[in-house]
Amino acid sequence: MRAHDDVLAGAGGVQESHFPALSGPESGFPELPADGETLLEVRDLRVRFSRRGRHVHAVNGLSYRLEAGRMLAIIGESGSGKSVSSRALMGLLPSTATVTGSARFAGTELVGMTEAQMRRRRGADIAMVFQDPTRSLNPTMRIGTQVVEAVRAHADLDRRAARRRAVELLSLVRMPVPEQRFGEYPHQLSGGMRQRVMIAIALAGEPRLLIADEATTALDVTTQAQIMELLVELQHRLGMAVILISHDLGLAASYAQDVLVMYAGRGVEHAAAETLFAHVRMPYTRALLGAIPLLEREPHTLLPVVPGQPPDLSALPAGCPFAPRCASADEQCAVDPPLTEHEPGHRWACWHPVPDAPAPDAASGDRS
Amino acid sequence: MTALDERPVPGETLLQARGIVQEFPVRGAGGIKGGVVHAVSDVSFDVRAGETLGVVGETGSGKSTLARSVIQAPRPQAGEVLFRGTDLMRLGRRELVAARRHMQMVFQDPYGSLNPRWRVAELVEEPLVGYGVRGSAQREARVRDLLDLVGLDPSVYGRRRPHELSGGQCQRVAIARAIALHPALVICDEAVSSLDVLIQAQVLNLFERLRTELGLSYLFISHDLALVKQVSDRVAVMHLGQLAELGPAEALYRRPLHPYTAALLDSIPGLDPRTGRARRPRPLAGEPPSPLAPPSGCRFRTRCPLAVQRCAEEEPVLREHVPDHRVACHFPLDIPREP
Repeated sequence: MRAHDDVLAGAGGVQESHFPALSGPESGFPELPADGETLLEVRDLRVRFSRRGRHVHAVNGLSYRLEAGRMLAIIGESGSGKSVSSRALMGLLPSTATVTGSARFAGTELVGMTEAQMRRRRGADIAMVFQDPTRSLNPTMRIGTQVVEAVRAHADLDRRAARRRAVELLSLVRMPVPEQRFGEYPHQLSGGMRQRVMIAIALAGEPRLLIADEATTALDVTTQAQIMELLVELQHRLGMAVILISHDLGLAASYAQDVLVMYAGRGVEHAAAETLFAHVRMPYTRALLGAIPLLEREPHTLLPVVPGQPPDLSALPAGCPFAPRCASADEQCAVDPPLTEHEPGHRWACWHPVPDAPAPDAASGDRS
Repeated sequence: MTALDERPVPGETLLQARGIVQEFPVRGAGGIKGGVVHAVSDVSFDVRAGETLGVVGETGSGKSTLARSVIQAPRPQAGEVLFRGTDLMRLGRRELVAARRHMQMVFQDPYGSLNPRWRVAELVEEPLVGYGVRGSAQREARVRDLLDLVGLDPSVYGRRRPHELSGGQCQRVAIARAIALHPALVICDEAVSSLDVLIQAQVLNLFERLRTELGLSYLFISHDLALVKQVSDRVAVMHLGQLAELGPAEALYRRPLHPYTAALLDSIPGLDPRTGRARRPRPLAGEPPSPLAPPSGCRFRTRCPLAVQRCAEEEPVLREHVPDHRVACHFPLDIPREP
């Protein structure tokens, strides 16, 4: 209690701005449809990398459904399969990868598509923005040319029309003075501005789904907040679905409507963001929440420790992959718990779900 | 040097940095126009024995340069760095090497800071050899103790090489190397930033344990405000080579005085662990200015929602606004409550 409680109090857990009049951009957007059409349905997706007879099972039976226009955050640590499973949708995995299962995008099966078929759809259906905009942009080309190139890859436009469209896209991503920026090179832009260019390029094909793969991880917090606001704005304005791949639970909770937590290549908990974070069921999600540094904790707080390492994906044991590190594991966990809808809209894969905390104060053991 | 070899008394001022200036000339390379990068401009701070001073700032704020200025790598252009009363800026090469055993660094990339061909035991032994700890049996015993201390079983990990370790285990080896010579001060430059959250928690707890067990002081540098709060007694906020604010961690986060600190806090997406409610960031408008040509007056004024004409004309100095809480702003945000 005491100190940090007046941070939490006030707006009911929502931190108030320290500024009197810094406009909050969260208002003014229409509500999302509660039960929209299914845009993407992933079923039992598996990805295996094989090299010299050694197999790494990166994704192991991932299933989820994404409705049109919604933002889904896929959360997990390194090696959880969050990036690999999304790249599999785009056909962006190396030839050492074997993808099985099903991923239907607006009714079309993506798994098993040829490279030629995939090329036609890439960018037009699903586009992707990556972590490092410096490496994704061509350093020797003016940014305008790179956006024009993307526009002309998707639409049969002449130079002038393509240029007009490119300027439009740059203003859409809130690039200040886009006509002037058009002739600049990537190194003349800040990291945030480069990421805006990458988003403009991703939007050139008018995708219905944008995958942001740790797209703000390399950016500073102030820039990250700007880019996230932009993504939310684009999601609403264009009715575009977004998959936000991140390791940051705070980011997921702040922006996404749905959250899917991955561990060892499978989904372990999936629900609407408020439901998931208010009623965490999977011990792994609980452990993640306990381990993140939070402004709400006092200095020198020891964090609850989860022993061990994530499992070796080349030799996954039978049963629940989190069991060796889990405090509530027992014999039952030798049988793999399926990701099942136990409560309306809330799926988890655990035999021993965490109960709701009785009182808010006794719940988190985060006081020392 | 004998004064340095004694263990510091808790509360004594371990490190005093006064008016550090670090500037780097840049040529026309990479398309950038020539000029001078004002990486650190007149920065002063203290680290007291047994405390953790956190330094937060965005990319290019000069926080890493500041850390390196402390260990004189490279030497700052101006200023004083008093380590337990000895000015490191005036020391000769050999004296400096001797003084550095009392201040060690842990870097962000655990793989990059360990020789990939060496075994863990050799890596941890190296500083002992380098600083003349005699007797191989003695050194071996010390290596075993150190590995135990950082939570690596010496019989299992001693013979491994860095590529056979995870990122978290590598960082433990780097920490064992850093504490091998009983330093008084450990400088952590983004030391847990590349680790996954569960492993990061393990390493953060290790830092805390070593602090209490060995009486270490830390200069803890990170871009992550929440992380810095978790470990720090006092926090310094850097902005474009200058200190914007320096104060006790609790107070600085609860009632930030500088609009930049407030803006940083408003930008973090957060989550209340007890209710599961999100704290949606409120972004700051505008682009960070270039360290090649910092704005006149207050360097934050181009992005500051409260800036007025005076902020462009007069550079605010870091001054004590409340006891132990300093801010460099003409219009500090809040008048704090009576203690």
